[in-house]
Formats: sequence, structure tokens, C-alpha cells
Amino acid sequence: MLIKFSKKSDIKPSEITSENNFLARRRFIQATLISGASLLSPLSGFAGEPTNNIFANIKKMSFGINEKLTSFEGITNYNNFYEFGTGKTDPAQYSHLLKTEPWTVEIMGMAKKTGKFDISDLIKPSELEERIYRLRCVEAWSMVIPWIGVPLSSIIKRFEPNSKAKYVAFETLVDKKRMPGQNSKFIDWPYIEGLRMDEAMNPLTILAIGLYGKPMPNQNGAPIRLVVPWKYGFKSIKSIVKIGFVENKPQTTWNQLAPQEYGFYSNVNPNRDHPRWSQKEERRITGESGLGALFTPKIKTEYLNGYAEEVAHLYKGMDLKQFF
Amino acid sequence: MAKKTRNTYKYLVFVVCLMPLAWLIFAILSDTLYQTRLMSVDPVQKFDRELGDWALIFIILTLSISPIAELSKKKGLIVYRKIFGLFGFFYVCLHFLSYVGLNLQFDMIELLNDISKRNFITIGVIGFILLIPMAATSSKKIIKYVGGKLWKKIHFVIYTIAILGVFHFFMMTRADFTRPTIYLIVILVLLIYRIVTRSKLLSLKK
Repeated sequence: MLIKFSKKSDIKPSEITSENNFLARRRFIQATLISGASLLSPLSGFAGEPTNNIFANIKKMSFGINEKLTSFEGITNYNNFYEFGTGKTDPAQYSHLLKTEPWTVEIMGMAKKTGKFDISDLIKPSELEERIYRLRCVEAWSMVIPWIGVPLSSIIKRFEPNSKAKYVAFETLVDKKRMPGQNSKFIDWPYIEGLRMDEAMNPLTILAIGLYGKPMPNQNGAPIRLVVPWKYGFKSIKSIVKIGFVENKPQTTWNQLAPQEYGFYSNVNPNRDHPRWSQKEERRITGESGLGALFTPKIKTEYLNGYAEEVAHLYKGMDLKQFF
Repeated sequence: MAKKTRNTYKYLVFVVCLMPLAWLIFAILSDTLYQTRLMSVDPVQKFDRELGDWALIFIILTLSISPIAELSKKKGLIVYRKIFGLFGFFYVCLHFLSYVGLNLQFDMIELLNDISKRNFITIGVIGFILLIPMAATSSKKIIKYVGGKLWKKIHFVIYTIAILGVFHFFMMTRADFTRPTIYLIVILVLLIYRIVTRSKLLSLKK
């Protein structure tokens, strides 16, 4: 099936040879060489068979934006992943405890096929793609991340959800020993999230298993996480162990914690402030530290994080200030 | 204690009080020159938080000096109350400057929006404004001019400011309320101590 994407997020010919893309490509090649040689990838096949390494064969997508990528160091050293602690650097510090092999994901609910599946069985039938997306955190900072993943729709289709399945619910692993932040009781673990079926099926929504051409770093939600680029970052649930097809709108963690602050949709919307801060602008985290980062001018936040052309139709006729 | 040694201690305390600021400056310069990440890749937020935290710590220190002096029977300690108080004000000023300058990038319309719309900012700004008359009446000359009674009244407001500060901290927190809870408990203990000792003093006078 040929899916036609709008021009807005396509890479313009002028961008193709930009330094950024060049550097990203070079990093990508280096990364694949490294992971191909040492088979660091949790999804790779038998040692000595680099052709089995799925990270060696990634389709470059036309998704991409005329913005500078956040460095790998930036992406991996500034995370909200409360399973490892509430500090921004806690995940980088403690996530080595997480064991991602073996990893099974349970598919459940209103679908023809359900059951527990090894992550490689889940991913392998789909072609890996690189998608460069903006990530806008509800806390008014943002990054640009080159994810590696597969469209969620390609996976959903294989399990043949029935007509009762109106929503997709997700759950993160609970493992207090390996996720020390889960000893804190302010969240009723597991972390849970959900999407409406049409949001889940939208071509922009992906399940990511890596970034910068490498397997997903633990602090970014290894081994498999959701990425929904037009919603605030907390919707993109990490380290997924359960995916369920459900009839009613599922509960979501932040909505449970503070319903007046975090809605089910949580679409990026500069016109609806968070009660405690403005959402009109954002600080772009480039990965640079020091005075350069301290005095970087803020940028305007775009409606639906700049993906309105691709997803605005999902919310036609809805008042997004009410359904925030 | 001889006046000379007392002065030496004063200077020493003064230098120690500047250490948090010195650390922040060192950290941001190190990040700039040596690509360390001491202030993380989002130093704006780090400056906001660190300066606010130190402001509260110094305000709490100010509150605890006279109970410590009373309980340890070392009345000389009381001279440090003023230093800590003024440093509290100093770090509140820097915290405000960091919020207006680094976070809002001097967008004054956004500042007015924040003050009018967002309770935790309103509370923070009220606390900041209340601190100004206290800082302004800290010199010995002014204490004499104002008179001890009025001066004490003005400076009892520090308890209100401390509580406003902690509420400001509570209300801006998304997760993990450990620190503001600890600060609140310490402030309440100090306040109860003050009320109890005051009422004892009053009943003795009667």
C-alpha cells in the first residue's frame, strides 16, 4: 500500500546533503558497523550472522524535518522515566539495572489473535524505518530524535482487532528490583497509557526499538516503546509489556494523577496552557551544555507539534480545549 | 569571643554562603569549556531549581539560628542570623532573575500572565515582595531608627515568607514531594518552638 504523506514533513531536496543529515548518516553507519560486528543488538540473530542483525537494514523514511537533531548524549542524559527516579539524570544513572532480554509483549483483548510474543517475533515481519520526529515534553522542552521503529498500524493489523476494539491500551513493565523508581508510591504502577484506535493506526504512530541507528538505550524505554509525535512526551509509553485492544477509553497514568492538568488526548497545543505554565513556547534541548544551552532562544510551539497536516483530521469537530 | 575572631568567622561564613553561587558558575563554565554536563543539557531549569532551593535553605537557616543560639546557650551565634537572612534574599533575587531572564527571556507580558494566572508564581512573587522590607531594614542604623518593637514585628513575617516559599515549591512540583515536605516540617517545628517560647516568656512577664 502506498501511503501518501503530506509535503510538510518531507525532507526537501535542499536538506538532503545538509551537515546534520550527513553527520546523522555517518553516525548511523558507524553504529550499524559496531552493532553488526559485536552483535550488541538484543534483536540480532546468531553470532557470526550479521545479516540477521535487523539494525543493518533500516529504511530511510521521508519523515524528517529541517531542524537540528538533538545529540545522542542529549537524548540519553535527560529523561523523564520515573521507573528509575524522578530526576532527569536518574534514568541514565540507574537504567543499566533493567534486563531487556528476553522480552515478551502480551497482546490481549478484542482481537482475533492474542497471546504472548517475543519482541523479535513482534517486530520482524515489519520493515524497520528511521523516523526523525520532534518530541515535545509537557514541561515545555523539546528534542529532535531519529527513532528506529515500525508503524504501530503494521503490528495492530496482524492481530486483527475486531470492531469492538475502539482503543489501544499499553502497560510498562513492573519490576521493583530492576526499576528502583517503582519503590516510590506516588504512581500506582504500572505506568499505563492509551490511544484511540484511529490515533494508533495513524501512519505517524510508531513502536520504536532504537534511535540513532542503535538498539534503544534503556533510559529511553528499551527495548520497545511507543512514539506519538503530535502528543506530549508522556503519552509515548516506554518499556512496553502489554498491548490491549479495548472497547472503553482506558485509564492513563498522568490523567489519574492530575486530571485537570493532563487529559487523555494530551495533544501538543500552544493555545491551551498547562494550569501551571504556558505551552506557547518551548526550550529546544540540542544536547549542548553550558552557556550556549543557557541562552538558546525559545521557539514557538506548533499546534499538534507541527504535525497538523498529518493528524488534525483525527480531531475534526472536537473542541481540543475541552478534550485536552 | 574577641571581636577579631568573631570578624574572621563572619568573613568565613560570608564566603561559605557564596559557595552555592560559585558552584553554579563553575559548573556552567565547565560545561561550556570542557563539555561536561554538570548543569545537564537543560541548564535553564537547573538554574531555576538550584537557586530556588538555596533561597529556601538560607531562609530556613535564618529561622533556625536563634533557637540554636538559645538551646546551645551560645548567644554570639545570633550575629549570623542577619548574614543568612540577607543571603536568603540574595538567592531569592537570583532565583527571580533566573526565572525572568533565563526562563521567560525577559518576556514581560508572559511574566504578568504568569503572576496573574498561576498560583504558585503569585505566591512566589508575594514572598519575594515581602522579603524586600526585611532586607531593607537589616542595618543597625535602621533598626535603631525603626525601633526594636516594630522591627521585630516586620521580621516575624519571615515565617510567613518561609511557608509561602515552601508552598511555591510544593505547587510547582510534578512528582517527588520529599524535599518540600522536609522543608515544611522543619519550618513548622521552628514555628512551634517560637510560639511556645514566646508564650512562656509572656507568662513569665505576667
